[in-house]
Amino acid sequence: MTAFTEEQIERYSRHIILPEVGGKGQRKLLESKVLVVGAGGLGSPVCLYLAAAGVGTIGLVDSDVVELSNLQRQVLHATSDVGRSKCLSARETMEAINPDVRVVTHDLRLSSANILDIIRDYDIVVDGSDNFPTRYLVNDACVMSGKPLSHAGILRFEGQVTTIIPGQGPCYRCLYPEPPPPGMVPSCQEAGILGATAGVVGTIQAAEVLKLILGIGNPLAGRLLLYNALDMTFREVAVVRQPECPVCGDNPTVTELIDYEEFCSLRGRGTAAVSEEVTS
Amino acid sequence: MSVKVRIPTPLQPLTDHQPELEASGETLREVLANLEERYPGIRERLYDDGGTLRRFVNVYVNDEDIRFLKGEDTALSDGDEISIVPAIAGGGPACG
Repeated sequence: MTAFTEEQIERYSRHIILPEVGGKGQRKLLESKVLVVGAGGLGSPVCLYLAAAGVGTIGLVDSDVVELSNLQRQVLHATSDVGRSKCLSARETMEAINPDVRVVTHDLRLSSANILDIIRDYDIVVDGSDNFPTRYLVNDACVMSGKPLSHAGILRFEGQVTTIIPGQGPCYRCLYPEPPPPGMVPSCQEAGILGATAGVVGTIQAAEVLKLILGIGNPLAGRLLLYNALDMTFREVAVVRQPECPVCGDNPTVTELIDYEEFCSLRGRGTAAVSEEVTS
Repeated sequence: MSVKVRIPTPLQPLTDHQPELEASGETLREVLANLEERYPGIRERLYDDGGTLRRFVNVYVNDEDIRFLKGEDTALSDGDEISIVPAIAGGGPACG
């Protein structure tokens, strides 16, 4: 183990002074590896805070390019990045904040064929994706691989966030066993999102990840935190591991990863159910 | 019984954009039926064709998941708070 440099001691001084972190905790952060799925509304604050905190390796999965309509909430990217790869833009931003961080970019779409190989190298996964197929894929892969997962979703002025620790607590399928069927979701329509909603929820995800790495506090495991920016309220509901959960239950029926039908290709089909996706 | 029901954002167009409603019923089933009478269309959004609550919609009574109570037969008391919480997926890059 190499000693901290003078610069690192100064850079991380406000962490190191915290008894719950200290030099030992900062060392853990520098040695940790976190994968962030999506460099969008949620992934932006997650990446910014993890990079600033000195998480040593940050992997980023995204296959999109920056669009002008992203900039209202995706604070990783600047106006001059429009048209560029989100992975590259995000990497430059994180490296500019903290040269201690090694950013590994995965400029691809996750699928059942590649996700296990990708998450294998990481300690913790953060889901900041924008669609149900990816959310279930990431959940199932994390359960099968035993990787802790920070999960969140946002819509308009609301957010949901929970932390999944496989083997210890419930997973996303314990909460919602199956994604909405294709055709039930007015997919990718512009439902809208207050940019700061993404910031609040993504920052909670970042805090959860840092706590997990440091081994401090109480994670949002077994709890779904519901944030409402209009009322400015936080509520939480209990999430209990389901013995009949299809992926983490006692007799799992989902034993191989599933590529659910991509809802984006079904835009405009069917009627709207209660759930919606947001282009965020 | 009179209870308070929190309506999730995607359903608010059906409730004149009210995020919270008062509803009546002895059980959760009766409360949801009461909502359907007043705001037609809600039932279709909450139940599948077989008449069971959709699996991507959770209902909580005073923050307890009804799956751990008595489901739709959960008995209600005056002032209970019911929350309807659907899965939401947004958060990432644009996808179309």
